[in-house]
Amino acid sequence: MPGERSTDGGHSLAGVEHVPGVAKPDPVLVVEKMRRAFGGLVAVDVDHLEVQRGVITALIGPNGAGKTTFFNLLTGFDRPDTGSVVFNGRDVERLKSHGRAREGMVRTFQLTKALTKLSVLENMKLGAGGQTGEHFLQSLFPFLWKSQEDAIEERARELLRRFRLDHMADEFSGTLSGGQRKLLEMARALMASPAVVMLDEPVAGVNPALTQSLLEHVRRLPGEGVTVIFVEHDMDVVWDISDWVVVMAEGAVIAEGYPESIGKNQAVIDAYLGSDHDGDELDEGSAR
Amino acid sequence: MTFAAIDWGFIVIQTVETSLGLEAAVYALAAVGLNIHFGYAGLLNFGQVGFVAMGAYGMGLSVTLWNLNPWLAVLVGMGFATLFALILGVPTLRLRGDYLAIVTIAAAEIIRLLARSTTLGDITRGAEGLHAFIGPFRELNPFDPGSEYGIGPFMVGGNQFFAIMLGWGVTAMALLVVWQLMRSPWGRVVKAIREDEDAARALGKNAYWYKLQALILGGVIGGMAGMVQAVGKATIQPDSFVPAYTFFFWTVLILGGVGRIWSPVIGSIIFWAMLTFFQGTLIAMVNEGLIPTGLMDPTQVNQIRFMLVGVGLALLMVFRPQGIFGSREEMMLDAR
Ligand SMILES: Nc1ncnc2c1ncn2[C@@H]1O[C@H](COP(=O)(O)OP(=O)(O)OP(=O)(O)O)[C@@H](O)[C@H]1O
Ligand SMILES: [Mg+2]
Repeated sequence: MPGERSTDGGHSLAGVEHVPGVAKPDPVLVVEKMRRAFGGLVAVDVDHLEVQRGVITALIGPNGAGKTTFFNLLTGFDRPDTGSVVFNGRDVERLKSHGRAREGMVRTFQLTKALTKLSVLENMKLGAGGQTGEHFLQSLFPFLWKSQEDAIEERARELLRRFRLDHMADEFSGTLSGGQRKLLEMARALMASPAVVMLDEPVAGVNPALTQSLLEHVRRLPGEGVTVIFVEHDMDVVWDISDWVVVMAEGAVIAEGYPESIGKNQAVIDAYLGSDHDGDELDEGSAR
Repeated sequence: MTFAAIDWGFIVIQTVETSLGLEAAVYALAAVGLNIHFGYAGLLNFGQVGFVAMGAYGMGLSVTLWNLNPWLAVLVGMGFATLFALILGVPTLRLRGDYLAIVTIAAAEIIRLLARSTTLGDITRGAEGLHAFIGPFRELNPFDPGSEYGIGPFMVGGNQFFAIMLGWGVTAMALLVVWQLMRSPWGRVVKAIREDEDAARALGKNAYWYKLQALILGGVIGGMAGMVQAVGKATIQPDSFVPAYTFFFWTVLILGGVGRIWSPVIGSIIFWAMLTFFQGTLIAMVNEGLIPTGLMDPTQVNQIRFMLVGVGLALLMVFRPQGIFGSREEMMLDAR
């Protein structure tokens, strides 16, 4: 059964039909007719998808379903062949990846990108947006940005404490373990004060105790006004924290719904287990 | 026929003089620019000598062609280097790193060939180069050209002394700028882009724009090196901008240690110390008969000293791959 819900509790999704592409009451992201093919392989072919603001949406699907490619398309790291993304009511087609991040769409990567030769603290400070000292001329005059820098540092240290990385603050991030890098990347994304944070397998390789603390953290994000979309293979995690689940298979969205009901969806069972399977494994939350 | 017969005092004086001289300053300055490109921003520039040439010609032509005053001429020189950076960077910096590398090596050579071409002969004066620009710069020289300056055995004429002071003065200023930039949020973004462009983009940083800024900055500093050299040598000749110089600048940078503030300066001093010391010693040894002329004659010394620097560099790579200033700890992170 699902655990404690985010503050919104997914209540805003009450009454929303459990069909792929269904309209949501307050969508922060609207995807329309998005298609991306690599040669003959159609990696993403999403007809319509809306993501509700202020809730935690899980994006699941078998390996190679197109989840990461879909993230890339949403965040501008890849260009779709056709289709549009409307973010916060604005068509972001013309915005490049960094522009979309500035608009508040911040992502992490499935293969972590710790900036190894920067300290953990520097990694965090990099995340903050709107820094005066990041402009060439201003950067030469520390008095213009010192106070902002101090405020950013304080926020960074606070987040590091919450992610239990504070003891590593001054180490090169290249010295972190794989799991710690996942934590750092997520904390760094939060430094950017995103409106939507998109996490690609945030707890893959993180030990169970740390996973719990990470999930607690994710659960609090909607209360802070952050919409969360995350890709995850571990169904326990999906059950635990998501308010809504979107299932992809072979590039398309094949199902949407509450986490507790999604496992009973025949299309989902077929996608995970092959169409001739009766598929009660998924009910036990063991589909990996 | 002994080592004792060699005039070591003379060799040492020569070595010290050269390693602190005009060329050392010019190389240090060019390497400071390269350090911004490669050490901090991760840009592979194999055409730094092109920036050096653009700076020199921009400054020289401003005087010979347009009669500008020296200060404006320096600004034009910086403008030429900036233009070169834009030409190289705008089309390539959106692509993978290798593209810049390929374009730079070719573009630098195009600059040299254009400068010595007959087509531009009326402007750049071909292989003979520019000379007439020096007048206004000489007027800025506060030192007496007729006197000798320096300390102890290290004495040079007033014009030379001016150029050396200018060279190290500009180098000091460039280092100050780099130091301040690299401890600022701007430097943080640039270093982040060196580590992983996509990570920086995902956090809202315009990687392309920062790379372009870094390319311009390092290129303008390279241009300053060209201007210092022009003032010091009172001439701007296309063949003093051959591709080999780019690789000497790289040698200087790698000797010192990539991505460290002081490494271009120390690298340059060591580079020139080695070259001069090997040259003096080899010539003396040939003259003393310690090396049979069948093996090496004095005219070959010039090439062989470069081989020895190469051997020195190879040994450094084996025993201290991070360079003199680099941090081994930091370098080992790549292996993880
Ligand atoms: N750059 C690319 N070039 C060619 N094919 C690609 C490229 N990127 C992705 N693909 C293909 O697109 C499909 C979807 O890949 P994607 O990485 O989006 O899957 P995923 O759902 O994230 O899988 P996983 O759960 O294993 O991470 C795969 O078949 C993959 O081989
Ligand atoms: Mg993936």
